[in-house]
Amino acid sequence: MAVNQTLPRVNPPPENKLHPQRKTPFLTRLWRDSPLLVMVAPAVIILLLFTYIPLLGSVIAFMDYVPFLGFTGSEWVGWANFSSLFSDTAFWNALWNTAQITFLQIVLFFPVPIVLAVLLNTVAMPLAKRFVQSVIYLPHFLSWVIIVALFQQILGGNGVLNRFLITHALTPFEIMSNPDAFKLLLTTQAIWKDAGWGTIIFLAAIAAINPGLYEAATIDGAGAWQRFWHVTLPGMRPIIVLMLILRLGDALTVGFEQILLQRDAVGPGAAEVLDTFTYFNGVVDGSWGTATAAGLLKGVVSLLLVLAANKLAHRLGEEGVYRR
Amino acid sequence: MNSRPVWLGKPKPIAIALKALALALICAVVIFPFLVVISTSVATKQQIDANGGYVIWPTEISFEAYKQIFNGTQVSRSIVISVGVTAVGTAFSLACTVLAAYGLSRRQSLFQRGLLSFVLFTLLFAPGMIPVYLMVKQLGMLNTYWSLIIPTAVSAFNIVIVRGFIQAIPHELFDAARMDGAGEWRILRSVVLPNSRAVVAVVGLFIAVGYWNNYFGPLLYLNDTEMWPLQLVMRTFVLENNVTTNAQAIPGYVAPPAQSVQMALVAIATLPILCVYPFLTKHMSKGMLTGAIKG
Repeated sequence: MAVNQTLPRVNPPPENKLHPQRKTPFLTRLWRDSPLLVMVAPAVIILLLFTYIPLLGSVIAFMDYVPFLGFTGSEWVGWANFSSLFSDTAFWNALWNTAQITFLQIVLFFPVPIVLAVLLNTVAMPLAKRFVQSVIYLPHFLSWVIIVALFQQILGGNGVLNRFLITHALTPFEIMSNPDAFKLLLTTQAIWKDAGWGTIIFLAAIAAINPGLYEAATIDGAGAWQRFWHVTLPGMRPIIVLMLILRLGDALTVGFEQILLQRDAVGPGAAEVLDTFTYFNGVVDGSWGTATAAGLLKGVVSLLLVLAANKLAHRLGEEGVYRR
Repeated sequence: MNSRPVWLGKPKPIAIALKALALALICAVVIFPFLVVISTSVATKQQIDANGGYVIWPTEISFEAYKQIFNGTQVSRSIVISVGVTAVGTAFSLACTVLAAYGLSRRQSLFQRGLLSFVLFTLLFAPGMIPVYLMVKQLGMLNTYWSLIIPTAVSAFNIVIVRGFIQAIPHELFDAARMDGAGEWRILRSVVLPNSRAVVAVVGLFIAVGYWNNYFGPLLYLNDTEMWPLQLVMRTFVLENNVTTNAQAIPGYVAPPAQSVQMALVAIATLPILCVYPFLTKHMSKGMLTGAIKG
């Protein structure tokens, strides 16, 4: 969301209109701004080393990379890594799982912060509102290890829920290690962790709606439901579309740490997603080329998804992430 | 206190009750697991066994599990490691972020536009896991704590947020400092830092939470289990149910129940977050939103 507004302005600020500015010589500017350049240097070096060079390093997707031989010694193999990737059923399984999880999260998770924000917004007592906000933002800051531990404590085989069922002579059910329920479990955990945090942006969108619109609607006889439908929702629409686009751009990224932690409990058949596939193929099994190919594919497809979703948003008359 | 506008009229009591119930339920769903964790961590073995593995409300309180954690085993070491990595990492990352944010804040400065685009581009495209891993390996940072600190130290998003705040500082302050002969470093120290304390604090806390919670980094880069930070040890203890405490050879010593140790560990991993949380909530939504929107 920050991308479009922060690009440097095209027009320099209007200064010295009366006296046309003489161009400062390059060396003078270099001398004058050298402290600033020194300040930027550490960040630039780190981004260069850990973002840009690895981006170029993605060329090993087209190599039979052998760590011992390095970039220069390894052999170029063209698209061989990609074709072996596409003939690997494990890859298609990972892709299918990723798609299913993304679909579930968009359907079940995405609306939750919107509903919560609308609900919170109707709370008139500032103290109560702030209390609820503090509580529901908290899980966002906990690590996945803690979240999974908490879920195990409540829903696991010996957890609170199952003990309760057993002591009341009901059949316990295994949620944490059930492959069929795994994707729902992931979604539930994601909702528990981040739905509250997600309300921030929607609350801000609601707060930006002109109160006069509500007043006018009420005077025209609109009830609470009609005010929601005709004022609140249209007011939130640009942000909802924006968040949906950003979510689509992340469609292939589905809770890597979260899944890695629980993959063993249900097995790779249900839990393998693109990121875990990359990790286990590359770092664990040493198929560097294939794993990088999977990672590169993911990056490119994600970028294309954002661009496509944005285009669609423009078609529908929304603003999207960037302007046309 | 009531901020409801007059023209809305009075809401129906039933609506208020339903809303309150819904919100109370939501809060309970968030708070309940924490209650179970804390209660189980301080409960006695008898009560845990009687209840079958967890306790909602302890009848008797014992801090054996916490003593066990802090008596010099792998867990205590991992806590020290986590604290160290978080402290050094946050200082380093925050320094890079603030320096870059100020360095990029002047619109007319040399190369500013190019460098800013260089930083912003990283928001669009992230490199894959494998090339970054190979880079860390190439630099000889595998199995060092630097591998946890440096690769994630610079985030374009944080730079954008801090830069937005610096640009909102009144021009006159910079002009006055320059008139008085201050160089850029002096301006950074005497004008920029005192005026952007709030945003630096919030961004610093976010960075710290990130380092504290980092679990995949150590898994990827550290082979030596002796070097493991808290999150990884917690995974072994709690999720893999592999509680290894130092064998107590003292006769008559009763080790605290494994469940208590596990939950005490979860409680300790959560504690720092809870400590910084009030500061975070105080500034975060406002700070994050203005920073992101204003740019």
